[in-house]
Amino acid sequence: MKQLIISAATEGTNPLVPNIWEMFVVLVGFAVLMYIVVKYVVPMFEKTFAERAEAIEGGIAKAEKAQAEASAALEEYKQQLTDARAEANRIREEARAEGAQILADLKEKAAAESARITAQAHAAIQSERQAAVVSLRAEVGTLATTLAGRIVGESLDDDARSARVVDRFLADLENQNAGAAK
Amino acid sequence: MIALALPAQDSGTFTPPGIEEIHLPAILPWGAADGFSKQMLLVILSVVIIAAFFLMAARKGQLVPGRLQFAGEAAYGFVRNGIGKDIIGGKDFMKYVPLLFSLFFFILVNNIYGAIPVIQLPTFSHVGGAYVMAAIVYFTWIAIGVKKNGLRYFKLATVPSGVPGYILPIVIPIEIISNFLVRPVTHSLRLFATMLAGHLIVMIAGSGIEFLVMQENVLLKGASVLVLGGAVAMYMLEALIMVLQAYVFTLLTAIYIEGALHADSH
Repeated sequence: MKQLIISAATEGTNPLVPNIWEMFVVLVGFAVLMYIVVKYVVPMFEKTFAERAEAIEGGIAKAEKAQAEASAALEEYKQQLTDARAEANRIREEARAEGAQILADLKEKAAAESARITAQAHAAIQSERQAAVVSLRAEVGTLATTLAGRIVGESLDDDARSARVVDRFLADLENQNAGAAK
Repeated sequence: MIALALPAQDSGTFTPPGIEEIHLPAILPWGAADGFSKQMLLVILSVVIIAAFFLMAARKGQLVPGRLQFAGEAAYGFVRNGIGKDIIGGKDFMKYVPLLFSLFFFILVNNIYGAIPVIQLPTFSHVGGAYVMAAIVYFTWIAIGVKKNGLRYFKLATVPSGVPGYILPIVIPIEIISNFLVRPVTHSLRLFATMLAGHLIVMIAGSGIEFLVMQENVLLKGASVLVLGGAVAMYMLEALIMVLQAYVFTLLTAIYIEGALHADSH
């Protein structure tokens, strides 16, 4: 049978016996591939990976920097705001103190003025009174002399007349006094 | 599917295609037994495809990637972070990313060939390529271990700590065998065997469909539809395994490297 013939032929071919030329080709082919991979493929991929990682990490670093800058600016702004507030407070306090000072000065001045006016009035009154006393003193002598003359000129024994003279004198005196007081 | 030109159909018995069918005639025969085979062409093509795709994807290096760059970065990031960073970890995983990356996509593309209709041949269905890949990884992790720990590494890798002294005579040979002898063999054969088996299944299904269609019985002709359905399902499964094996191979590489780096803490 043909089958038997084919089986016999099969026995001659051991599948575990390699073809030396094929081994050589596989070895050389793999070596070439290995060379290309080591020299070009892996470095190129790794370079891309590294660049990508760097780009991502660089982006993160950049964002962090921007964040830091923003918070620094915010801090500075807050500081300025605080400073400005303190400044405003200080100015307000100063203004208040100044106002109080001015008010106190004015009060003092007004008090002094009023005191001066009062003193002046007192002095005027005093001097007028003084003048009145002086003029009165000067006139009393004259009046007394006049009165005495009149009394002497009229009859002194007439009591009724004498009493009228005295009354008239006093009335005159009063009139004079009233005129002086005017 | 040259296998379908088997002469067995005329006798009415089905002869499945055998392992020798994966040895296609050489494209360009020369002095050696097989000459320049289809596998060799595919290996060269895979290097061109991978290099071209990733060079174009990585070339621009924009911070906001375009579609192509995004796809390249996703593929690169899958190996870099999903395998390199997660398994090896630490500060120095970047040193091994190029190796893991090249391994993953080299094996992936060479496996996926098996699912592409016209090509339909996973390179690692020939064991030679798988031996080479496993050997590269084997010498790499041993070199890493020795560089990191000095010659003490072989003691660290074979004498487990915390094991009672009287068990050591048994444990040490087991560790030597499992770490230094079996590991590269399983590493290579896992890849080779899955690719060969997947390829064989698709071949057998193809020739089976052809055999049934050639039958004169209408019912047998119709039964080919069932085989076709099964073949499509197997094709999907194979496509999954092709991706999975590339991942497993790279993952194991990362695990071996990690073990070599931190041998003193294992």
